[in-house]
Amino acid sequence: MPKDHGIGARNKRREDVRFLTGTGNYTDDINLAGQAYVHFLRSDVAHGRIKRLDTSVALEMPGVVRIFTGADFEGVGGIPCGWQVTDRHGNPMQEPAHPVLAQGKVRHVGDAIAAVVAETPAQARNAAEAIELEMEDLPAVVDMKAALADGAPKVHDDLDSNLCYDWTFGSDDATVQAAFDSAAHVTTLDLVNQRLVANPMEPRVAVGDYNRASDESTLYTTSQNPHVIRLLMGAFVLGIPEHKLRVVAPDVGGGFGSKIFHYAEEAFCTFAAKALKRPVKWTASRSEAFITDAHGRDHVTTIELALDADNNFTGVRTHTMANMGAYLSTFAPSVPTYLHGTLMAGNYKTPAIQVNVKAVFTTTVPVDAYRGAGRPEATYQLERVIDKAARELGADPIALRRQNFITEFPYETPVAVAYDTGDYTATMDKLLEMVDRDGFEARAAESARAGKLRGFGVNCYIEACGIAPSALVGQLGARAGLYESATVRVNATGGLVVMTGSHSHGQGHETAFPQVIAEMIGIDENMVEIVHGDTAKVPMGMGTYGSRSLAVGGSAMVRATEKIINKAKKIAAHLMEASEGDIELKDGQFSVAGTDKSVAWGDVTLAAYVPHNYPIEEIEPGLEETAFYDPSNFTYPAGAYACEVEVDPETGKVEICSFAAADDFGNVVNPMIVEGQVHGGLAQGIGQALLEAAVYDADGQLLSASYMDYAMPRADDLPNFKVDHSCQTPCTHNPLGVKGCGEAGAIGSPPAVVNAVVDALQRGGHDVTHIDMPLTPGRVWQAINE
Amino acid sequence: MTDVTMTVNGKAVSGNIEGRTLLSDFIREGLRLTGTHVGCDTSQCGACVVHVDGKAVKSCTMLAAEAEGADITTIEGMATPDGSLSVIQQAFQDHHGLQCGFCTPGMVMSAAALLAENPSPTESEIRKYLEGNICRCTGYHNIVKAIMAASGQSVAGVAAE
Ligand code: FES
Ligand code: FES
Repeated sequence: MPKDHGIGARNKRREDVRFLTGTGNYTDDINLAGQAYVHFLRSDVAHGRIKRLDTSVALEMPGVVRIFTGADFEGVGGIPCGWQVTDRHGNPMQEPAHPVLAQGKVRHVGDAIAAVVAETPAQARNAAEAIELEMEDLPAVVDMKAALADGAPKVHDDLDSNLCYDWTFGSDDATVQAAFDSAAHVTTLDLVNQRLVANPMEPRVAVGDYNRASDESTLYTTSQNPHVIRLLMGAFVLGIPEHKLRVVAPDVGGGFGSKIFHYAEEAFCTFAAKALKRPVKWTASRSEAFITDAHGRDHVTTIELALDADNNFTGVRTHTMANMGAYLSTFAPSVPTYLHGTLMAGNYKTPAIQVNVKAVFTTTVPVDAYRGAGRPEATYQLERVIDKAARELGADPIALRRQNFITEFPYETPVAVAYDTGDYTATMDKLLEMVDRDGFEARAAESARAGKLRGFGVNCYIEACGIAPSALVGQLGARAGLYESATVRVNATGGLVVMTGSHSHGQGHETAFPQVIAEMIGIDENMVEIVHGDTAKVPMGMGTYGSRSLAVGGSAMVRATEKIINKAKKIAAHLMEASEGDIELKDGQFSVAGTDKSVAWGDVTLAAYVPHNYPIEEIEPGLEETAFYDPSNFTYPAGAYACEVEVDPETGKVEICSFAAADDFGNVVNPMIVEGQVHGGLAQGIGQALLEAAVYDADGQLLSASYMDYAMPRADDLPNFKVDHSCQTPCTHNPLGVKGCGEAGAIGSPPAVVNAVVDALQRGGHDVTHIDMPLTPGRVWQAINE
Repeated sequence: MTDVTMTVNGKAVSGNIEGRTLLSDFIREGLRLTGTHVGCDTSQCGACVVHVDGKAVKSCTMLAAEAEGADITTIEGMATPDGSLSVIQQAFQDHHGLQCGFCTPGMVMSAAALLAENPSPTESEIRKYLEGNICRCTGYHNIVKAIMAASGQSVAGVAAE
């Protein structure tokens, strides 16, 4: 019987009612009295020196309030980077300045040069067009290899080169070399994990406000982590202490990573509101989003896999160039390093693994975390090279994987992480139950009759989620702690309010989090309200990313609720004149073990606030507790995915016939929400595999800068998905036993699709071993016909 | 500046607007009906879909002035008169057809137009019809399921959860 309440129930989402009736409150829905609007004049060249910037004509345009340029931001901090990577020589990465408005030079198409504040958006736009700008064009730096060549034009004149860092991780040189020297077989693969744009459907918006009386600044922004923005912007850019700065992220229309980062527009609106003493609003157009939201992926990799004579994996070695774009976005340096290198063991007991990453500055939009962040790049290369090895060795790709699975836990990988638990055989078995492999040959024959090629691909993935143990990430270069906080406030009449640092922008926390409390106390979910997204209401928060909300934020909530229950038991013991150790809580009733004495949850909460008969000597009145939870390890969701495709060799078009995902997320609080998260991840992963690419030309112009050119997956591009999360090895180190499910789909699906397409082509007699994503008809056709 | 008058969600409204004002802007900024969303500037995403004289229209592709005299329904006008969710809205909640909610108003408006035209669409007809509506969150699976359910069809065929 599925549960209808508490942990494991498919509770319908309470947030849906407002979204379905048009009564959500997204940042662009916020309009403050007297607000002015800003329009940014942005660079239309990739690289250039500002020769002349004359705002005098523009200033006279109707409605213009003020025009800001880089000069207004001298003495104001730049946009900070939240992670410092140490290179293989022990030196800190090269870290360029990132001004709010360009200081003399522009470094990517979209770099902001000036900001026009006017009475209406149209007036601001018109005036921006009247700004006179003379630019000395400098050579664009687009290709990473060229960017690293001697004598390449430098993106940042004051840095030594365009190399941000050269980082090596994992086993030492001798160990890895020995593995390759003694290998019976080595498979090598060169591949590109293409640049993507996260594209949450809500474009970014920022509204700055300033209260003269209290000297308080408020920023409303489309953020996944308002407290992080408060810290970064307050402490590093504008010099506003936390108690004078409030950041609110109300309903947010998706993020997928791109709304983690602190952006210049946020700092600008906050700064300008104070300077002008009136609210200042910015709403990105989609075109602007394409050239200002941090992009994702953009890795170029060579991976080698060594195997012994029995097909055991003995070594993995990778060399990757990772594009940072023009500046270091908030978490950019961590993505190709600690979110990528640490995952190169995958699900396999390879004893020697070494990862080398060169991070490169180019005159393109900054690149940072996008759904999966580093983990899709790791999974893709590993699962592609394994498939290629299986083909070279004539081995069954599933058997080859199974043979190399890690089966004993905890397992310390050669790349510095310790998997606490997992069962990769179980998810693979489950996957094979979900797909009809026996019927494949018949379906392939059917396809062949229609002149099509059918293929089947599988892959496995593991990810490190529940980000992250603060002390560990501190050693690795994080400039922040990655705990989460929750305050649980119980009201006199028994209702609860949870103030959580986890931000919900589609994940359904408002529904799922109360299920946990309902389970713990034995009350109805409707007695629990979730508050998030406002630094004035929630004590602290590191926000939502890295599939961390339930694993870290939920754990903080559990800890705070445990404190509540402990205190409530003391009160209940007093009310029933029993000893605290004998008090039990079940179904919202406190009882004394072995007696029929009981008091209801509401009696105890009332006593806490009306402490007439109360152990006042021992405990304070009131019932409110805060907990900060710092995880002791990452969590390791894992799974096995399968894709069946049909390829039309005449056109190169790929159709996904079926897609199945067997995931192990540990315990699951709301299966409906978990399935939805997987569906969305799969769509983004399949989008990467078949459709999406951010493409720059040699001049640094973004060619795919609108939905006309950037192929977002549409309903008709995708199949129905089969998803399963019944394989559950609960996380061993957080109180909920949960692992996180937000990114799995995007991590696990691209290799399954590409493996399936290569399989289809191979079965069709085409000697194609690899095609770089996206597998557009043109690329597939070319691979067939080359 | 021009004067426009139209009916929105059953109420007569008017405004004095610049000729270039888009219907989406008039609805959001002029009428403060912020349920209609703007997700792109190339008429691709469908977050802005409303009904104009019963037809689904991307309100960012139409000038407000062109809607003079029109009868417009936005997402705010979709619930039943007693305020409870309409069949389509309820199906979206029942089948988890939304996550962040940003595409949702457009999806609901498109779904309603589809079902008005074709009361019993197949899964593939639904997917084709939604070509102009982008959702980045749901992977469409549950949106398709919700629309099937709203049309009174069994959703058993829409793959297992
Ligand atoms: S805003 Fe109208 S189609 Fe995107
Ligand atoms: S629910 Fe977020 S875009 Fe569709």
